[in-house]
Amino acid sequence: MQHEVMFAGFGGQGILSIGKILAHAAMESGYEVAWVPSYGPEMRGGTAYCLVVISDRPIGSPIIKNPKHLIAMNLPSLKKFAPVVKPNGVVLINSSLAPERSGRDDVDEIRVPVSDIAKDLGSIRAANIVALGSFVARSKILDFESIREAVKEEFRNKEKLIPLEMEALDRGKAEALK
Amino acid sequence: MGKKILMKGNEAIGEAAIRAGCLNYFAYPITPQSEVAEYLVKRMPEVGGVFVQGESEVAVGYMIFGASGAGARVFTTSSSPGVSLMSEAISYIAGAQCPAVFVNIIRGGPGLGGILPSQGDYFQATKGGGHGDYHMLVMAPASVQEAVEMVMLAFPLAEKYRNPVMILGDGLIGQMMEPVEFPDDLRTEPTNKDSWATSGMKSRGSTERNLVKSLYLDPTQLNDHNLNLKAKYDQMKAEEVRYEPYNTDGDYKILIVSFGTMSRVCRTAIDFLKEEGIEVGMIRPQTVFPFPDAPIRDAAVKESCKAVISIEMNMGQMVEDVERCLKGQRPVHWYGKCGGDVPTPEEIMEVIKERL
Repeated sequence: MQHEVMFAGFGGQGILSIGKILAHAAMESGYEVAWVPSYGPEMRGGTAYCLVVISDRPIGSPIIKNPKHLIAMNLPSLKKFAPVVKPNGVVLINSSLAPERSGRDDVDEIRVPVSDIAKDLGSIRAANIVALGSFVARSKILDFESIREAVKEEFRNKEKLIPLEMEALDRGKAEALK
Repeated sequence: MGKKILMKGNEAIGEAAIRAGCLNYFAYPITPQSEVAEYLVKRMPEVGGVFVQGESEVAVGYMIFGASGAGARVFTTSSSPGVSLMSEAISYIAGAQCPAVFVNIIRGGPGLGGILPSQGDYFQATKGGGHGDYHMLVMAPASVQEAVEMVMLAFPLAEKYRNPVMILGDGLIGQMMEPVEFPDDLRTEPTNKDSWATSGMKSRGSTERNLVKSLYLDPTQLNDHNLNLKAKYDQMKAEEVRYEPYNTDGDYKILIVSFGTMSRVCRTAIDFLKEEGIEVGMIRPQTVFPFPDAPIRDAAVKESCKAVISIEMNMGQMVEDVERCLKGQRPVHWYGKCGGDVPTPEEIMEVIKERL
């Protein structure tokens, strides 16, 4: 079993952070993991992305040109990465910012307005966590409870945000299972 | 061993040095290894250690020399252009027989090159870099965990040989996060520091003066000095070769030699080829100086093996060492790419199939 998950969006959308949370949850669930950021020369406001590899065996190449799943938090990242996702993967589109489809009929595409949901919850900054909740619920890549624990761990120094983040996860999950 | 934690390679390297008892870190920032300094600027004061940012890598090299000459356990981290600037000091440190640890998180070159992963500094690390007849002991990690273990091993080895040791990583090893476990605290004083440190005769109860120098104007003395150094490098070749074989039990037609990040891509290619019924073996040098000559030769001359491919993220550097140790007994090929465009497992599979 190996899953590769590409997280992509604008810098500042918490892309690297949800990748790290997923990697952390997978590690705590007993899997091998690697988290690879993009650190190339990117423009401010350009596309930020990271790749998380989760495997039940030692991970060989952590550089993956065709990831199994994609979380596209904006339109440029949807256009850039949707064509390279492997068949049967989950493509999660932030429909608040990417009002288009993946153009793929061989993937499990879900469109969730994660930015709007986060605004409803009171903080646009929780949009990444809504997306994470949706993705994990839809892909069943990990036990949902392990993600909950990893989010709590990530926010252990900002404890007052934890209830909001838990709600964001649950809203994301509910949208994905609609 | 402690609990598994998820850590970026650069941060894990900083923590590993502290766990190895190194409380002196001098550095100058450069992508893709600046997170080591970012981590240690917070962490060193917590453990009573010191981080000084030098005004340049040239200055940092001599801060390392000074601290080591005084008997302190010391290290620095940099990336390719920075290591070029430090190379003069590395030559002096090797000449003066002081221990120190240098980490090179390689980026693309030459010149400023780029900031993405590369293995273009293989020659610089293994064949010199600075002037004169010297070698560093060079270890090349292929994972964050291995980077930690090699950093912790680097300090005792530097002291055993009174010689600089280099950890040769690349941008991916530095930037990637993987689970790591830190071995138990190894903090020790350099046990043999009385043999070189300018710590004061009185403080070490000695009547012998220690002199840190690399100048020998008398040709006979300088020749003897170089023979002493050579004896150490020969001892490294006898005692410190480290390597990892992969899939070498079966009857492989092709043997790959690859190190660091590149070897992980090769490992995946080997697994995929196995599923197609094609056996390929690999020797991964963990030390690139001393080079695993005998293990590569033994694996290559196996009857089933028809050819050897050295696969590197550069334009063909390690391949010269592979050719040297095979002495023409098998055809040696090279494949590689530069600039941060790390070859995919599929590309490597094609390269191997062309040689079958």
